[in-house]
Amino acid sequence: MTGWSVLAGREAGEGDRSARARLAIAALCGLLVLVALFSLTAGASDVSVLSVLGGTVSERDRIIVYDIRLPRVLLGILIGAALAISGAVMQGLFRNPLADPGLVGVSAGAGLGAITMIVLGGTVMGPFVALAGIYALPLAAFIGGLITTMLLYRIATRRGQTSVATMLLAGIALGAMAGAFSGVLVYLADDRQLRDLTFWGLGSLAGATWTKITAAGPIIALSLAAAPFMARALNALALGEASAAHLGIPVQRFKNVAIVTVAAATGASVAVSGGIGFVGIVVPHLLRLLIGPDHRYLLPASALLGASLLLLADAVSRTIVAPTELPIGIVTAAVGAPFFLWILLRRRGILDL
Amino acid sequence: MIEVRNLSVSIGRKRIISGISFDAAAGNVTAIVGPNGSGKTTLLKALSGDLPYEGEVHINGAEISSLKPWQTASLRAVLPQATTLSFPFTVREIVSLGLSNGRTGALAGEEGRLPERALARVDLDGFAGRLYQELSGGEQQRVQLARVLCQVWSPVLAGVPRYLFLDEPVSSLDIKHQLIIMDIARDFAARGGGVIAILHDLNLTAMFADRVLVMHRGRMAAAGSPAEVLEDGLISRVFECRLRVGAVPPGTMPFVLPQSAGI
Repeated sequence: MTGWSVLAGREAGEGDRSARARLAIAALCGLLVLVALFSLTAGASDVSVLSVLGGTVSERDRIIVYDIRLPRVLLGILIGAALAISGAVMQGLFRNPLADPGLVGVSAGAGLGAITMIVLGGTVMGPFVALAGIYALPLAAFIGGLITTMLLYRIATRRGQTSVATMLLAGIALGAMAGAFSGVLVYLADDRQLRDLTFWGLGSLAGATWTKITAAGPIIALSLAAAPFMARALNALALGEASAAHLGIPVQRFKNVAIVTVAAATGASVAVSGGIGFVGIVVPHLLRLLIGPDHRYLLPASALLGASLLLLADAVSRTIVAPTELPIGIVTAAVGAPFFLWILLRRRGILDL
Repeated sequence: MIEVRNLSVSIGRKRIISGISFDAAAGNVTAIVGPNGSGKTTLLKALSGDLPYEGEVHINGAEISSLKPWQTASLRAVLPQATTLSFPFTVREIVSLGLSNGRTGALAGEEGRLPERALARVDLDGFAGRLYQELSGGEQQRVQLARVLCQVWSPVLAGVPRYLFLDEPVSSLDIKHQLIIMDIARDFAARGGGVIAILHDLNLTAMFADRVLVMHRGRMAAAGSPAEVLEDGLISRVFECRLRVGAVPPGTMPFVLPQSAGI
């Protein structure tokens, strides 16, 4: 009996990592609470959480916490969870630890959708904006991400087998195409739109408002809620599509659900916070080392750790050069890109599959 | 009972198998033999629901294309030729996937112990904690068989026979484990289930199969008991090399002696 299972109060058989996984999930819940409280305190202005909770603060500090930091922390949690879950689901779907919405062009496709809305929202896309209201931007990003994911799956998967090299190269091509169209739109943009695009494109939680949470929150919450129902199918899919079907999984229907979920989570995140990379690849990979690849535990653990890591990255981004702040996308790339290279070096064989 | 009537499969414009008809009864081990490229795996894939087909495939009286995935999964389990994984699952985690359809047929309290019992059946005692990716090819194949056994642990569930489809179950195994796996197939049939297995070894086929289907160039060249089917002329013609069939001294079990690659 290992120390882990003693702590979890349950005797685990050899090779059964579920007790360890449950314990890790409990610990990650605790971590998220701590990080969230820390985030509410940290920033250019010095406000203590305790004094906020105790209600013994000035009106100015109350505004800083409730109107600036709280929406930012909530948005960080939503987006961190969404990015990590969409990474984990995509990796399971493609049976490949290197699949990530940012790397294979899905974020770029979602970005194209968002840019279309920002630039053409007042003219050509006006009716769509009138119809969708505050949801126009996340919906457009979702549609862009969905089209890219479906194209990618069509190109990279043949008879249930995904070629890793094809997937990564097709992702580069799709990303470049989305980039080219986005470039055309940027060229058409006026000065005010250009400023919006620049702030958005750097990837940041800085513009967090309650409106953004209302716009992106429901879409992200839906995709997070869908995740537990995908765990069994993703586990079976690890054996390949044919074997998953033999185990009783409705594979084709499940793949459609998974693709829509990934596109929704990625699209909503990209719409409100721009390009924040590498969370989707780093978080599930770390957790597979810790608790194994069983998606029943990997998916919730990814959401929790993704949320915590993004909040930490955000805390770094707004304290390291205080009183101004660094876009969070720079922080996640600075940490995530070397980590990605490390995965590649450890598993050079992956690309030969 | 599995009933196949006038089954044909085309991939693109190419017809891979055509006009296949046979019955595979519960209680029997049915072997599919034939040279490489004769359509054995295509036939098994069509029976497993992996490929679109023309004709009819009935399992216990129901056309398989009319059943939902979980229904077919509760009637038959399929062992593929080889399975590679991209994620570091333990052996127990892989074998436990066989429980996920929820119709193993084991008693309620017993289900948690099935992975260990299945691993013991395939001679992998003590492997539950190992990482699948670090095992040899033969060991991986036996882990997959343990998973498949869990899925249809009781050969008969609620009075209905269930089936094992095995695609070259012994190809990567040493001789001891070939015998262990064939014993498992025999035992499954003896307890009322049905087994359809693609085999390359004609002597194992003679020892363990009740019926033999001989595939040749996408058609069924012969079907019958090993004693009926394994005769010099037929198998030499099908395998396109010279083979002699003898008989094991005391009984009637045929054995096949390779002679030369030419006819």
